[in-house]
Amino acid sequence: METLNNLFLIIAAAIRGLFTDPYSFWADLTMSIIGCVMVIIIIFLNIFVLSIMERKIAAYIAQRVGPIRLGPRGWFQALGDGLKLAGKEDVIPAGADRLIFKIAPIIIFSVPIMALGVIPYGKGMAPINLDLGIFYYFAITSISTLGFFMGGWGSNSKYSLLGGMRAVAQMISYEIPLLLSLLGVVMISQSFNLGVIVEAQKSVPFIFLQPLAFVIFLIAGMAEANRAPFDLVEGEQELVAGPFTEYSGFRHGLFWIGEYSNLLLLAAMTTTVFLGGWHGPAFLPGWVWFWLKVGSVIFFAMWARWTFPRLRIDHLMHLSWKILLPLSILNIILTGLGIYIYRLAMGG
Amino acid sequence: MAIENTQELILNMGPQHPSTHGLFRMIVHLEGETVTKIIPKIGYLHRGMEKLAESRTYSQFIPYTDRLDYLASPHNNWAYVQTVEKLMGVEVPERAEYLRVIFGELARIASHHIMIASTALDFGGSTPWFYLFRDRERILDMFEMTSGSRLTVNIMRIGGMCAEPPAEFWPALQSFLDDSPEMLEEYYGIFFGNEIAQARLKNIGILPKELAENLSITGPILRASGVNYDVRKAEPYSIYNRFDFKVPVRTGCDSFDRTMIRMDEIMESLKIIRQAVRDIPEGPIMAKIPKVIKPPVGEVYHRVENPKGELGFYIVSDGTTKPSRVRIRSGSFINLQMLPIVAVGWKIQDLIAIFATMDAVLGEVDK
Repeated sequence: METLNNLFLIIAAAIRGLFTDPYSFWADLTMSIIGCVMVIIIIFLNIFVLSIMERKIAAYIAQRVGPIRLGPRGWFQALGDGLKLAGKEDVIPAGADRLIFKIAPIIIFSVPIMALGVIPYGKGMAPINLDLGIFYYFAITSISTLGFFMGGWGSNSKYSLLGGMRAVAQMISYEIPLLLSLLGVVMISQSFNLGVIVEAQKSVPFIFLQPLAFVIFLIAGMAEANRAPFDLVEGEQELVAGPFTEYSGFRHGLFWIGEYSNLLLLAAMTTTVFLGGWHGPAFLPGWVWFWLKVGSVIFFAMWARWTFPRLRIDHLMHLSWKILLPLSILNIILTGLGIYIYRLAMGG
Repeated sequence: MAIENTQELILNMGPQHPSTHGLFRMIVHLEGETVTKIIPKIGYLHRGMEKLAESRTYSQFIPYTDRLDYLASPHNNWAYVQTVEKLMGVEVPERAEYLRVIFGELARIASHHIMIASTALDFGGSTPWFYLFRDRERILDMFEMTSGSRLTVNIMRIGGMCAEPPAEFWPALQSFLDDSPEMLEEYYGIFFGNEIAQARLKNIGILPKELAENLSITGPILRASGVNYDVRKAEPYSIYNRFDFKVPVRTGCDSFDRTMIRMDEIMESLKIIRQAVRDIPEGPIMAKIPKVIKPPVGEVYHRVENPKGELGFYIVSDGTTKPSRVRIRSGSFINLQMLPIVAVGWKIQDLIAIFATMDAVLGEVDK
């Protein structure tokens, strides 16, 4: 069991052992590269799992059977989707700003890779162990707003522009409650390091200590990841596909990958910060617990998506600025009071 | 500080657009997300129905009427054949009248299913769409049993019905009637009861009573604005005066009531069908009419209550086998007038919602 729990750590140590000096610059560099490759592998596996999962869950909720043709019970459908996208002609509109148009999907795609690099997938299993993990997470995810807006602006289409406009308004508004909701967690665990935060949840996950922050984080996170019912940026019924309207072929595929990676990122972050990360009863290895928790958060997001209709833009802003923001500030005050009383009680 | 040098965004929506319900095009002037002006453009589905009628015999034109409001084709058949029957003075057998009522009300339910489903879909709710289509499927199956086709049924003839429903029709109808209350409960649960849906429907797109009357709006939209007017009650045609049913009226004038009134109408339609199934007599389903239909010289106007509004046919006969002039007064076409007036000042998402609650069918608008 202990071996299984530390499986990846043992492999990592073995690779390091191949170098004459296991802690030299070259060994560190190799380990970083392997970490990045692993994150990219996770992202691609994630797309195949999530896209079929999404279709099957949607079908289950809408009382259909979903895809059944490709592979056993349709499980290879995602592969077919990917091949279809890759095989399509790549069209760039005549009036587009070609450079911006081309960079936008790359930005959207690279943000989740960078952000997923700091998530601890198991005990001591963060590819990059940053002391400012949460801070880094917010700094990096803010960049994806830019990707959406570049896509919207570069396409030189009115639908895309409206979508880009909504992306900026929505993602910037929701970043504030998202960030403030995590401050309570940071106050309790006294660290920005995600590994330390998970370690602090050894006895009780923060979802029980910070229920309000958890709800705020999940709502704002879904809005930040542009998941329905907050998918105004895409707004299929009014904006066709928002910033992605003019994209085709693999560029569109990159947006698609980015969307699912953002969902994974949200789920991974929720798991790490509120659900206790890799902690769980010992009959399963820690990293299995991590992925089970991530899966259940993703299931929740999909469930919400296929149940709720979309919000209107002004209701969305109202929710962020007038409800979530005051609540997250209230949560910080309550957490501070709680810590103060706890310390008094403990006689510190 | 005021922002200088802002510009109105002129956005072309349609004819190919996810939520213009067919080939409708509107040119929308936007101030940010707010709609300041709408110019509707119609005619992308124009097939010249009225002119086509002039070169077809009276019976030949019946299948064309299916393509008017293709979501409720029995009603179009009904309006047309009744107009010709009125011109010829034909008395339709009792059983055929009852069958017409049953199929007409089934079509009304199917059409309202589509309306609620597409409204939900325009709000980004895909699941309600599947729920409603699942149930509408059963109505289409019943159409298929009787006429052989599902959407454009061509189910009525001048003087009666095309065929007697087969034996399996009646159990299917009975089980649909039995399951319907539970289905309606489900729609409340999945869509109408939702907080987000209600926030996006209530007090949006107000169509005041006076404006509705002045624009000669008809159908559920008019009744959602508080006017108690239904051709089935105001000028009872066929055998509607034999049934006990209410005309649902709501006074909200907003998108929510325009949607909810369809739910009320489904309830009333179910009531009518139950009574019709109980009372339907045995007998022939076709009147004795000549092989070649030659109505006497004259003109006639007749109207029925289509799910979308009032559907009227005006036919001028010159005594030959072909009509000399046919004019169609379709509900959707006239109801569409309200869009540029009502939707101004709302957000672009509300514009989509208001258009969805109008339930315009472009086959009927463009004719």
